[in-house]
Amino acid sequence: MILDSKIPDGPLEEKWDRHRFNLKLVNPANKRKHRVIVVGTGLAGASAAASLGELGYDVLSFCFQDSARRAHSIAAQGGINAAKNYRNDGDSVFRLFYDTVKGGDYRSREANVHRLAAVSVNIIDQCVAQGVPFAREYGGLLDNRSFGGAQVSRTFYARGQTGQQLLLGAYGALMRQVHAKKVKLYTRHEMLDLVVIDGKARGIITRDLVTGALERWIADAVCLATGGYGNVFFLSTNAKNCNVTAAYRAYRRGAYFANPCFTQIHPTCIPVSGDHQSKLTLMSESLRNDGRVWVPKNKGDQRSPRDVPESERDYYLERRYPSFGNLVPRDVASRNAKAQCDEGKGVGPGGYGVYLDFSDAIERDSLATIQAKYGNLFDMYEEITGENAYHVPMRIYPAVHYTMGGLWVDYNLMGTIPGLFVLGEANFSDHGANRLGASALMQGLADGYFILPYTIGGYIASQSGLGGQTTQHEAFAEAESAVRERAEKLLSVNGKRTVDSFHRQLGKLMWEYCGMSRTRGGLEHLLKEIPGLRAEFWENVTVQGSPGEFNQCLERAGRVADFLEFAELMATDALSREESCGGHFREEHQTEDGEAKRDDENFCHVSAWAFKGVGVTPELHKEPLTFENVKLTQRSYK
Amino acid sequence: MKFTLKVWRQPARDKPGRFETHEVSDVSPDTSFLEMLDILNNRLEGESKSPIVFDSDCREGICGACSIVINGRAHGDGEGTTTCQLYMRNFKDGETLVLEPFRARAFPVLKDLVVDRSAFDRIIQAGGYVSVNTGAPQDANALPVPKVNADLAMDAAQCIGCGACVAACKNASAMLFVGAKVSHLALLPQGAVERERRVLSMIEQMEAEGFGNCTNEYECEAQCPKQISVSNIARLNREFYRAKARE
Repeated sequence: MILDSKIPDGPLEEKWDRHRFNLKLVNPANKRKHRVIVVGTGLAGASAAASLGELGYDVLSFCFQDSARRAHSIAAQGGINAAKNYRNDGDSVFRLFYDTVKGGDYRSREANVHRLAAVSVNIIDQCVAQGVPFAREYGGLLDNRSFGGAQVSRTFYARGQTGQQLLLGAYGALMRQVHAKKVKLYTRHEMLDLVVIDGKARGIITRDLVTGALERWIADAVCLATGGYGNVFFLSTNAKNCNVTAAYRAYRRGAYFANPCFTQIHPTCIPVSGDHQSKLTLMSESLRNDGRVWVPKNKGDQRSPRDVPESERDYYLERRYPSFGNLVPRDVASRNAKAQCDEGKGVGPGGYGVYLDFSDAIERDSLATIQAKYGNLFDMYEEITGENAYHVPMRIYPAVHYTMGGLWVDYNLMGTIPGLFVLGEANFSDHGANRLGASALMQGLADGYFILPYTIGGYIASQSGLGGQTTQHEAFAEAESAVRERAEKLLSVNGKRTVDSFHRQLGKLMWEYCGMSRTRGGLEHLLKEIPGLRAEFWENVTVQGSPGEFNQCLERAGRVADFLEFAELMATDALSREESCGGHFREEHQTEDGEAKRDDENFCHVSAWAFKGVGVTPELHKEPLTFENVKLTQRSYK
Repeated sequence: MKFTLKVWRQPARDKPGRFETHEVSDVSPDTSFLEMLDILNNRLEGESKSPIVFDSDCREGICGACSIVINGRAHGDGEGTTTCQLYMRNFKDGETLVLEPFRARAFPVLKDLVVDRSAFDRIIQAGGYVSVNTGAPQDANALPVPKVNADLAMDAAQCIGCGACVAACKNASAMLFVGAKVSHLALLPQGAVERERRVLSMIEQMEAEGFGNCTNEYECEAQCPKQISVSNIARLNREFYRAKARE
């Protein structure tokens, strides 16, 4: 089946305007008769729920956290891109569009990306009007910085807490609608299944995490803004509770999952210090502006870094990439660090780390200069590792932090199940095979504030409402009993191994064989291992407590059970994509210099997978990608 | 390292609770405080015992979910840190640690160390925002904001809504939390239109939720993981009197 992305006709710059005009409208007086479910209260979910409430829809908003203000968007540090061109440095909507398509290694949709770039300017206006305290200059105007290797300064920021401030802005808008009784908010409610009636998304089943009660919710449309799946690796920079369950359950109900193998690995994270570790912490990649990356030339060198003489150090990035040096893009820096460690040259506990050394920068620019630039990062590093990086080099290692893949959506952000909309990191649409810095916040808010509120109206106006359907429909009963039986099954295994131990083991397998670089052999091995681990999970997991209580053990078990199925989908996608692009690096497909080698002839498409059963190879559907405004080129950083 | 933990266990909101003692040993000094609890919970699960329930999510000090009183201090002894940012190397080997939920009438315990902080959400609902719909507001640079005000607003806006200020206060006052939001918006021109209405309705809601009043102990600032200044409480009082005078 060839997927129809429903991209409107006309020149690139006019597509969104034309489309908005062509979308049917819902009569203002009728909007309150239409109910919309929004799952997740991160940037995409909160902004969507608030905007739909303002429009007059009857909105139900759900999150599993104790408050709508806690979703993991809050942890984004760097900033948000917008093509405002306030710096007069040559930025434009087209340049932001171009950079994003190129940065995504030509695996995203031109029309979606252009729309994203175009609405980026509205996002900044909206957030400022909400009182988001962006950084300002002495003249009172907004400050910008250049970020993630962009050649223009288009990133708006609020200290190192941009995600927090943007989320609190969207949360405030949402709270206002809750107060106005336009949105009903259900916190500590986790979506555990999607309900599909006559082929349309009609509702969800949730579990009240405090009482354990299962509840049925019906609506004209269901929006998932449930984030990414980076925690399939167990260790990632995601929050502990981030999970794939909502998206995966939708996939099991018929929604296609696109490009699941596209994951982004961030090069500058604090390395794993031992088996106790529960998550990884990101350090701003701006550190690579002044730090020099090196490992000892000799394998297994146990000396303290200060005792390793200059002649026995390998500054491998500077050696391999003389022109970009330590500033090569994220994926290149990450892969090279892994290669050094795999050769046995890694440093620190377990040998999974490389040095990021500031001694030359301190000598050149003075200690005070380095302190002024990076003081907070050095403090954070010391808090976590107990080491003072002004005296000994930092140790860094790459970590998973974003997933570009997600549920397949068309230009309206609607999935393959009519009435199911997917927003933010949970969809796949805008970042291709690699996301640029400061673009995740932009996409989440673009989807929620400025795209979904239009496109969902077009869908609802073309439908005839619920037609008398209620939560008594058999599809609700079937979904609810499936959820109940699954929880009971998890609680009745009564095995010996904890949920976490399975999650850790799965994470290690995924990191080893489906992480920074992948091979056919490794992926085939992984596809043999996962079913075995999944079988053991269902035979030997221990889940304490009962279903009718506050039970975090059961929550985790359900999420890990889904990761154990989802992992197979990721590996299948990685195996079938016989090329390297962006965050997906297949060792078989590299240039002579060891760089990612795309195959535009055979793989210039979106891979969207349809569920066919647990343990059954999913069915591949392709959406061809065409580039009419950007010329496909090979990246080089030598 | 080894530790003795005295942990508050309470099966549900209306059930009585008690302290339960657990020993943990072989803890690496690089383990974070919550990872130490993960280790204990995994052991308990392996022994078919019920694990300790606690809130935590981002584990990098920004989401505001984690909320434990450790040895009498909200988020423990660290300066400007949340519970998730504490590392065991900062504790003494062999130490006894007492773990309690954030206690306040307005924060009922849901289970073990988890409390219901939805009162904070309801205070924000009462007016902790600028009432603008999504649409096409004026250009972001149309209204210059003095840098010093923008910086002060950001200082206040950093609040993560964890509730440590309430747990730290003998009156269970939420005035640092409310003061931070009122200050953030009062300092910006975007917040000016609703300035009076906002402070009056937020304070009204704060009182309805059962939070106490400020008696200038400054424990809230001392235990706030974001080190939000009590000067925001002073500004809250000024804003309140100003609004009252104009009523």
